[in-house]
Order: sequence, then C-alpha cells, then structure tokens
Amino acid sequence: MSQKALEGVKIADFTWAAAGPLTMSYMAHCGATVVKIESGTRSIGARTFPPPGGEAGMISSIMFSNDNSDKLSITINMKEPKGVEVAKKLIEWADVVAENFRPGTMEKWGLGYEELKEINPSIIMFRSSARGQTGPDAHVAENGITLQSQTGFTYLTGWPDMDYPTPPWGAFTDLTAPALGAVMLIGALDYRARTGKGQCLDLSQFEAGLQYLAPALLDYDVNKKCAGRIGNSSSCGVPHGVYQCSGDDRWCTIAVFNDTEWRALCNVMKKPELIEDQRFATAVSRKKNEQELDNLISDWTMKHAAEEVMTRLQEQGVSSGVVENSYDIMNDPQIKDRKFFKQLEHKKLGAVTHHGVGFTLSKTPCEVQTPGPLLGQHTEYVCKELLGIDEEEFRELADAGALE
Amino acid sequence: MDSKQHDRNTGALSPYRVLDLTDEKGFLCGRMLAVMGAEVIKVEPPCGDRARAFPPFYKDDPHPEKSLYYLAYNANKKSITLDIESRDGQDILKRLVKTADFLVESFKPGYMDELGLGYADLSRINPGIIMTSISPFGQTGPYHDYNSSELMCAAMSGHMFITGDPDRPPVHISIPQAYSLGSAEALIATMAAHYYRRQTGEGQHVDVSIREAMIKTTVNTIPMWENKGMITERGGQFWMLRGEKQRVLWPCKDGAVSFGMHGGGFGAKTNRELVKWMDSEGMASDYLKNMDWENLDMETAPQDLYDELSDSIIRFFRTHTKMELSREALARGIMLAPVQTIADISGSQQLEARVFWEDVEYPRLKDTIKYPGAFIKSSESSCRRTAPAPYKGQHNEDIYIRELGITGEDLVILKGAGVI
Repeated sequence: MSQKALEGVKIADFTWAAAGPLTMSYMAHCGATVVKIESGTRSIGARTFPPPGGEAGMISSIMFSNDNSDKLSITINMKEPKGVEVAKKLIEWADVVAENFRPGTMEKWGLGYEELKEINPSIIMFRSSARGQTGPDAHVAENGITLQSQTGFTYLTGWPDMDYPTPPWGAFTDLTAPALGAVMLIGALDYRARTGKGQCLDLSQFEAGLQYLAPALLDYDVNKKCAGRIGNSSSCGVPHGVYQCSGDDRWCTIAVFNDTEWRALCNVMKKPELIEDQRFATAVSRKKNEQELDNLISDWTMKHAAEEVMTRLQEQGVSSGVVENSYDIMNDPQIKDRKFFKQLEHKKLGAVTHHGVGFTLSKTPCEVQTPGPLLGQHTEYVCKELLGIDEEEFRELADAGALE
Repeated sequence: MDSKQHDRNTGALSPYRVLDLTDEKGFLCGRMLAVMGAEVIKVEPPCGDRARAFPPFYKDDPHPEKSLYYLAYNANKKSITLDIESRDGQDILKRLVKTADFLVESFKPGYMDELGLGYADLSRINPGIIMTSISPFGQTGPYHDYNSSELMCAAMSGHMFITGDPDRPPVHISIPQAYSLGSAEALIATMAAHYYRRQTGEGQHVDVSIREAMIKTTVNTIPMWENKGMITERGGQFWMLRGEKQRVLWPCKDGAVSFGMHGGGFGAKTNRELVKWMDSEGMASDYLKNMDWENLDMETAPQDLYDELSDSIIRFFRTHTKMELSREALARGIMLAPVQTIADISGSQQLEARVFWEDVEYPRLKDTIKYPGAFIKSSESSCRRTAPAPYKGQHNEDIYIRELGITGEDLVILKGAGVI
C-alpha cells in the first residue's frame, strides 16, 4: 500500500454529532491518525443517528459508521481526574486537538487553548461551533438542521409562488463547514512546519456557510436586493428545470445556455420546427415564454424514461441529468466505475456501504478502509501503543473508571 | 509594502503560488487559497472569464467589471489574460508552471491533455506541481464528458430528489451550491496533496468530482435505503424519515423557524424549556406539561401523538415573530433558529460582534463593497483581509514584463495575435 497524504498527522478528536466528525473524516481518509475521544457513560450522541442496524442497536448506527470510518475510538470519563490526565496525554501526543462542543466545554475541563499550550506548546487547536467562540450568540444550542435556516439556505430553497420555503434535505451547514475547516487545519500544519508556531482556529459554521452565498450578500449590500426563491429556474439559461419522465416520481434536469444547445434539444425532441418558432427562437423570447416551453418539453419527457432523456440529450451536448434517488445512486454506472462506495465489514452491523470522498489523488490513495469504530474499540491500543501507558498503569486507570 | 511583508510572514499559505484556470466550477477553490495567503493568479481567456457576465451586477449594470458573482468569488486574486490554445500562450503558461506550486482547472476532462498541458506534461516541467482538476463527474468513467450545469450536479447527487414539496418537482437551492461544494472538496484534496509534497517534494494530480462531493448532502438516505429498503420522499415542511411526517419548518407570526422536535436525551432539555416558556404565557396544555420527554422515542411515537404536540407548539409560535422566538430560544437554550433572509443575516449582531464583514474598496467603481470576511478566525492571523477582485488582465504587466521579462515589443505582438 502506498503512503497516504496525511500520514503521520496525529489528531486528538473530541468532536461529536456531524459537522466536527465530518471534518475529521477528511483528515482520516487522507491518512491522519484520528483518535476519537468519547464518553462511555454519557449521551452516546451521533452513535444513535438513524438508521440503526443489526444487533448493535443504538450503539453504532450505519450513519455513524459512515461519518467515522478510518478513525480510532477511546472512551474517557472526563468527570474523573484520571480521565482528564489521559486526555492530557493525548494532547501531548497530538499535533491537533479538535472539538465542536458548545463554547466553554473544553475550558470547563481545564482544556482551553492556554492550557493546551502549556501541555503542548505548538499544538493546533481546531474549534468548530455553530456561531463561533465569541459574540452574543456564542453559547447557542444549535445543530445543522436549525443552522441551515440561520445561514439562509432554508429561505433560499423552494418556489416563488409559495409562502414558505422547503428546507434543503439534511443539515446543509454540516456539509459546507467541514472541507473548509480541514483545509485550514492543513494550512496551520504547514504554517507550523515553517514557523514552529501552533495556533487556535475558531470556525463558526454560520460564517463558513455564508462563504457559499457570497454573491447574494454582495447583491444585498450594493443593490439592497434580498435574494428570493426561484425554484429551478436560472437567469442564465432557459429552458432550465426539472421535467417529469415516465414512471413514478421520475425526473430529469434539462439546462440550455445557448442557441446551439437549443437547436440540439429541439432535434432530440424531434421538434425541429420549434428552433425558429417566434416564441422560442432567441434566449429573450424563450425566457418570455418559459412556462409554455416547459409544458412542451414535459409533453416529450413524460413519454420517456429519465435515463433515456439524459443519455439522448447528453449525446447531443445538452446538459441533462436524472434526479437520482438512493437506489439510482448506488446503481449509477459512473459511481460504480469510480468506486465511490465501499462495502466494509462492520463487526456489529455486517457488510455496510460507506461513502467515499469526492476526489482521487494520483499518488496517495484516500479510499475508505475501516468502518466507524465501536465505542472504545481502541482504548487499550491507544493507551498502550500511542501513549506508552504500561499494563499496570492501564489497569489502574481502568479500575479508577477513567476509561469509561 | 508593509502589509505585503506582513502577509508573507503570517498567511497560512503565504509562500505559495496558484495558477487558477477555473471557470465558475472552481472559483471558490482559488478564492479560499487566496484567503489563506497564497498568491492566486487567475489565467483568463483574452475575452475575459465568462462569469464576468453572470448576474447579479453592481447597480444592475451588466458591465464585465461589475458582475457581483465574479467579484464575490474572485476577491484576493490577481488576473492575467492568456489564450492557452495558442502556441505562445502554451509556452507562457509552461514558464509560469515552473515557479508555481498549484494549478487548478475545471475544463472538460482531457482538454488540457489535448493542448499538451496535461499533468504528464506539466509535471515534466515542475515535478512538484500539484494539478487539481475539477469536473462534474471526475476525469474518468462513462459520464466524464457530460455537459455540466449546477442543476444537473445537484440532481445526480441525490440531494434534489429529497428536497422540495411532495406535489411538486424536486428542487435545488436557489443560490446553487454544487460548484462551491465541489470547489471545497477540491481544496481539501489539494491541501492533502500539498502536505504530502512537503514530506516528499513530489506533486500529483488531483481529480475532483463535483457530484461525488455533493452526495454527502443526502446524509443518511443511502443508509436508509440499504438498511430498510426505503426511498426517502420529499416532505416539504416535513421530513419523511420514518415514512411518517416530522415537522422541520414551523410557521410563526412573520415567517418561519426551524425547530427539531427530537425525542430522548437529545431533545428532552430543549422540549422541556419550550414548554416552560409556553406555560409562562398560558399556552402549555397539561398534556404537554406532563410529557415524559426523556422516554419519548420519535422512532416509535404514533403520528397522532406527534401531531398533537406539533399543533400546540405551532399555536404558540404563531404568537411570536421569528426574531422574538430566536432571541428567547437563545436565552433558554432551546434548539431553534429563525429562517433568515439575506437581509436578516446582513443585520446580524453576532456577525457584527465578530467583525465578520469587511469593506473592500473598488477605486474603479469609486465605491466600497461589503464582503463576508474570512471563513475561520486564527490566533496567528493566518487569513488575509479581503482585497478586491481583479479587473481583466490587471496584472499582465507585473507578470509578463516585470516577472517573465517579456519585452514591450513582444508584448505588442502577443496582444496583436490575441494571445494576451
């Protein structure tokens, strides 16, 4: 096996739920050693996110395994002074300490940035939180589902003729924050290699999410225009939408951005007379008569399978794609060819499909290798092999309840 | 000069240079590398990047220097113009590759190879170069040469199928997110390759698929299919996670709020606090007050119990504005957030207190534009302040004459030939 890109990077990972663990997943897939610190006694948080699977019940859901593959798990009881001592050993060992608790939690354990520096002067502390470590909202109780509304994604999804938006599926800010966080972490490692200095990073998932809405923020500042919901339409393309195809709940996108693509679309629909039709011959006329055009296109797509619409349009250079559901994605020829999913044997769940990453590196593989760890699966390994704790001391810690 | 010197020392990526050949599919990648301190040079075709024609526009004037879409995603970059389809252009790009650390592109797969500018060619010139290619489906596979659109990438990621109302077509976010999520995925891949280069001196080719980057937005719907054979359906204001409806969007007096009604330990505290608040305004029924939140399991709770809970909560929410609800929720530790508009966000006290916004001066517009500031705060000031996006070819002289030493005479020839 070739070397992985981040091999040698050591992370003491206190993160939980989704946004934090997904950030650390990038690091783990790329080869960093990520030791997940969990409580064996308190709430088991993301381990219970649905769906559960197999005999593991609520202790290790498929979802948890997906978000935590390639990581190690140690259980530490942070209420026990000896537990905090073990955490401190991990901090001494680590290049990076990561956490996404409500601000103040690490401080409560005596593990704020100043204390971390005393343990490990060049430590990089990565803190991810809903709205940042400072400011009047810092202590907000929030998760990705509420945060995507706070950040504007909810308001901006849906149809102009409806009073209410439709929230984007899932917890969108749990996806906008992680890559940016991981990127800055590697930036901080690079900076440390050049200068010898660690640092504290304060990621507000709110602020990270707003990077993705920058044009709308500028539009409001300059033009006082407040972006609204536009369904699937676009000011740059017409037709531009999702069209119903034959079958139950089957849909396909079509997006045309210029006259060449327009001609190709008409020819594929076997309606060449539309090309020069007054109503649709120019981009301006197409926009003016968009609803009429959408109806004509739907008349055609309804008679065909979504896959067929996509294939025939793409062959002629028109952007088109099936609106894929879970089944479609798992059976998608492109996804299979790219080996995006990987089946891994989970000790409790059996064979489980795991997400890959959206990239390949030509020299350093970053494929997912091991499923999410069981709770405390690596407690002994981490203590003995990574922290150099001997058998006797390990027993003492275990007896004192520090490793629960 | 002082501020430049300062940047050189402190930015997380100050020593590095990026050649950014991307179109809108990859803008955010170069933008964020620039925020972290890298010198990012946009290589635009002589006619200018096509996104310079994308709305919205400064004061609604569709002028190529006034696209706010372009200005938003290209701040802190430099711009040179170059026709890489010409021999001269290719020679110049290769000279630039010698001293560059990264090259990011988002052309159709295979295009750079056809021009003799593929990874194999560039790595011969500079073995340390990291070349990042961003495309809808990746460089390989049966769909690799499909024509792109944000809508298509969102659709094929699975996120659209489950977003929208049950009686309407699937819908994507009105400010499309596929390309930015793809760019973010490109960033992490590029930086991982960079870390490896620090250890070994070796560059590599990074192949990013926008659609694959976006699959993760489906969260647990693929596990749900695998585990329960269940295709998650669109639920509008509800989630259909269990095949039953769970409200995620709650109407209030002047709009809506997000509030997750979770069972068990995860939701007990916030549910109890909400009922206390409702009770203080005489709006909590005995039923609500006597609820055993700790042992309420949303997975098994019958729909009519759920509906009864939701109905009384909605009645309460309708008596308050979203900002009233949000302020009180913050004070009481209730997991609730307002459905904010861009205008709401723009007035956020939290962002104000964190000095998030940055005014950027645009001398040509004789105006300043308020930008979202850095995506992360660093105790070592590792992020740069926002600087204006370049006008087309703004740094041609810096790069071509002062750096590469191309003579004025040759520059005239190159301009005449449409290379620059």
